[in-house]
Amino acid sequence: MGKLSPRHAVVDSNMCVACGTCADVCPTGAMEIVSGVFAKPIEEKCVGCGMCAKECPASAIRVEVRS
Amino acid sequence: MKKQQRHWYHYLWIWSIIYFSLGFVNILFAWLGLISFCLPLIFAIGGGNKLFCNRYCDRGQFLRVMGSQVGLSLRREMPEWMKGKAFRYGFMVFFFAMFFNIIYVSWLVGSEIQGIQEAVTVLWTFQLPWNWTYSVGITPWVAQFAFGLYSLMLTSEIIAIVAMLIYKPRSWCVFCPMGTLTQTICKAKYVPTAK
Ligand code: SF4
Ligand code: SF4
Ligand code: SF4
Repeated sequence: MGKLSPRHAVVDSNMCVACGTCADVCPTGAMEIVSGVFAKPIEEKCVGCGMCAKECPASAIRVEVRS
Repeated sequence: MKKQQRHWYHYLWIWSIIYFSLGFVNILFAWLGLISFCLPLIFAIGGGNKLFCNRYCDRGQFLRVMGSQVGLSLRREMPEWMKGKAFRYGFMVFFFAMFFNIIYVSWLVGSEIQGIQEAVTVLWTFQLPWNWTYSVGITPWVAQFAFGLYSLMLTSEIIAIVAMLIYKPRSWCVFCPMGTLTQTICKAKYVPTAK
């Protein structure tokens, strides 16, 4: 497995409306919509670019430093 | 940065324009709006997913194109109450109450209790100044349902466009009644899997 990026997207599943906007804009195909309920990034693919957070209409995504 | 891949469904916004244009030609085309009611439910009930919202919704694509690609959106942050469950579920109940009212009025017309209202009303208030046409000899309740459904579709489209202009492009999707309903169905079907 490759090295993980220092930052990554974190989704607040309570706020997420599962619209799929984030998955559509993610340049690395890292966002998945889990069973039509909430979005979840695939950690290995997420580069923390923040494109998803910029487009999310529900403001459910934050880009954070990986812990 | 890698360029986003384009798929055929990214062009489904064209259907929104065709749908609303067809209504002006013949109001009976409004019946095609039922596709937007049935497809998301088929995906949610049958597949336990929101693929309709995620890919195939013409309105979602239309808002994305107009808001992001054309750049019409001011991209303001939506107020918290609009994103809250009370508003989302409240609006869903109100919207479907309006939908069932359309069915009820069509039934009244069909039973000859009430005469047909040949008007498209937006935002439940304003009648559009247009000489609506529909095929002569058509059963009145069929035409009545078309007028009602077209009014509801146009009203929600206007609200969606206003939300797109002020807030982020797909802000309507936060409180879209169909989106809320399908997510609720998906939640009910969802079985968390340990990973
Ligand atoms: S864009 Fe936001 S609300 Fe929509 S699926 Fe992604 S995280 Fe959820
Ligand atoms: S931060 Fe960038 S790479 Fe990660 S999920 Fe969001 S859009 Fe994709
Ligand atoms: S939330 Fe509503 S408008 Fe948005 S993609 Fe889903 S069905 Fe379409």
